[in-house]
Amino acid sequence: MADDLINSFMSGPDEQGRFGIFGGRFVSETLMPLILDLEAEYERAKTDESFWAEMDDLWKHYVGRPSPLYHASRLTQHLGGAKIYMKRDELNHTGAHKINNVLGQIILARRMGKTRIIAETGAGQHGVATATVCAKFGLKCVVYMGAHDVERQAPNVFRMKLLGAEVIPVTSGRGTLKDAMNDALRDWVTNVRDTFYCIGTVAGPHPYPAMVRDFQSIIGKEVRWQLAEQEGEGRLPDTVIAAIGGGSNAMGLFYPFLDDPEVKIIGVEAGGKGVDEKMEHCASLTGGRPGVLHGNRTYLLQDDDGQILEGFSISAGLDYPGIGPEHAWLHDTGRAEYVSITDAEALEAFQLSCSLEGIIPALEPSHALAHVMKIAPTLPADHIIVMNMCGRGDKDIFTVARHLGVEMNG
Amino acid sequence: MTRIDRKFASLKAEGKKAFVAYIMAGDPDLETSLEVMKALPGQGVDVIELGMPFTDPMADGPTIQLAGQRALDGGQTLTKTLDMVAAFRKGDDTTPVVMMGYYNPIYSRGVDRFLAEAREAGIDGLIIVDLPPEEDDELCIPAQKAGLNFIRLATPTTDDRRLPKVLQNTSGFVYYVSITGITGAAAAQATDVAPEVARIKAATDLPVIVGFGITTPEAAKQIAGVADGCVVGSAIVKEIASGKSPAEVAAFAGSLAAGAHSA
Ligand SMILES: Cc1ncc(COP(=O)(O)O)c(C=O)c1O
Repeated sequence: MADDLINSFMSGPDEQGRFGIFGGRFVSETLMPLILDLEAEYERAKTDESFWAEMDDLWKHYVGRPSPLYHASRLTQHLGGAKIYMKRDELNHTGAHKINNVLGQIILARRMGKTRIIAETGAGQHGVATATVCAKFGLKCVVYMGAHDVERQAPNVFRMKLLGAEVIPVTSGRGTLKDAMNDALRDWVTNVRDTFYCIGTVAGPHPYPAMVRDFQSIIGKEVRWQLAEQEGEGRLPDTVIAAIGGGSNAMGLFYPFLDDPEVKIIGVEAGGKGVDEKMEHCASLTGGRPGVLHGNRTYLLQDDDGQILEGFSISAGLDYPGIGPEHAWLHDTGRAEYVSITDAEALEAFQLSCSLEGIIPALEPSHALAHVMKIAPTLPADHIIVMNMCGRGDKDIFTVARHLGVEMNG
Repeated sequence: MTRIDRKFASLKAEGKKAFVAYIMAGDPDLETSLEVMKALPGQGVDVIELGMPFTDPMADGPTIQLAGQRALDGGQTLTKTLDMVAAFRKGDDTTPVVMMGYYNPIYSRGVDRFLAEAREAGIDGLIIVDLPPEEDDELCIPAQKAGLNFIRLATPTTDDRRLPKVLQNTSGFVYYVSITGITGAAAAQATDVAPEVARIKAATDLPVIVGFGITTPEAAKQIAGVADGCVVGSAIVKEIASGKSPAEVAAFAGSLAAGAHSA
């Protein structure tokens, strides 16, 4: 689809849940009635003021929104180019953007009379957010987490347990995020009556990609008025940048700017050890091709025979061989640009944020920051970049220590 | 008329229930699975469901997940699975073969190319778990046009409002999944299945075959008795996993077939 044939980039998905050819509802018949029910309930909630009133109240008093928009002045000075702002979603309750979406889905689940919540998690941030909101509402919570991730994100596993969730280590497949999602789907087809599947990113069958995007869009909406407040009425960012696992923090930042053509949009995928034929990365758009997995058509890392490959990244939260279908569409239409950042580059950005700004970032947004480090020096001082600092690094300090060769007894 | 249609017509004429056996292509290796496949019709298996391995089998329990992994680890590919059917067809031109699996390997190959190759190999029908009626334009309609049956799953969550949509573009037979759950999970009771099958049969002339959770000849008899036949998968795959010889596996399938045929 050519750029000039699209009136708006904000009108998707269509009735079939498609963004161009991407998205859709590729699920087993058992689940089909459930996702149709969810879609109907979400459509009702979207225009129901009491739903948004409840969200706003919890966003403010429970999550701590709005999150600050922070001018990173020393980083700006150090890089010597564009003016850099960080959207501080790492200050949210539970330490990442994930809770923005979880609140929305759990309120929907309650409206639908569901009593048992299941979720998949990679880094554990979505699992922690889900366990947290379930504790708050007295709902039973079961979190599927790849056995490999249970090991590398141990602090989050303990957090989820403290919050009363049952954490099930997934050993099927290769024991990572995609396998956790498989097992969550297997749980859902088994427990269709009482269970709500709370997906953590803008992936899965329609309506999840659109619904999760809508809940995360609070990020970009806040950036719009916050930047106007700090830089003057009508001032939009020149560039917005976010890291992409499934793509929810990125969609949340990007969506409110899709129809502002002067705003450049950049998504940063995890380049792992480098995007080449060895495929030790998670850059689905750069290194993958369209396929069907987990309920939607999107770019996937796969072999010539359509078998899905494992991703590879230092960051458990980016370690997913797919990407949300709306990103696939934004990529193909050219509205957004997608780049990749290696583990080594992300580690460098991680350290720079610590030393210059006193902010310990999660490894996921460290990827976004690493790309800021690449482009900021080439841009003029009046060019405003907003990057999504979508998570804090507490969960990652052991991983980082190991990579820096520091022994720690955690 | 496909081989599937002919088989069900002749079973009906004989007043016999159908027995459908599932095995995974390439499990534990290509030669062994082809040997099992060749031995099944002689043991009374009416229809063969041949699994196409996929890395992410979201509707399958551990038994079939592991079978798929064994096959993939052994180098099974879609081309090899198609070749396997072609090899089977050299000695058997009547037993229907239905390929069962997930959409991505087919989409990756290209739908038109796959359908041409599947027909050429002697495949009669497809069961693709992650293609509900909402996605019929993807493969279902092109498959029917290419002369293959597209067999749909109906489940306990398929209510009366939705059933017509599920049946609309279905052909060959209807596969009723007796439980909400994954393959290899606990079995349903014939008393629970009977009214569901009756509900579906009231809405279609196609045979209704019931699967999921059937593991013994007695259960095969019970379930087949309230439908037009039954499917067994995980129980047979388990025999293969335990290292039984192709003849032993086929004999086990034969005992299940005898159960279904005695209904
Ligand atoms: C802090 C943080 N950022 C990003 C992600 C990746 O998810 P998404 O791309 O959906 O924002 C995760 C996932 O766990 C995360 O914890």
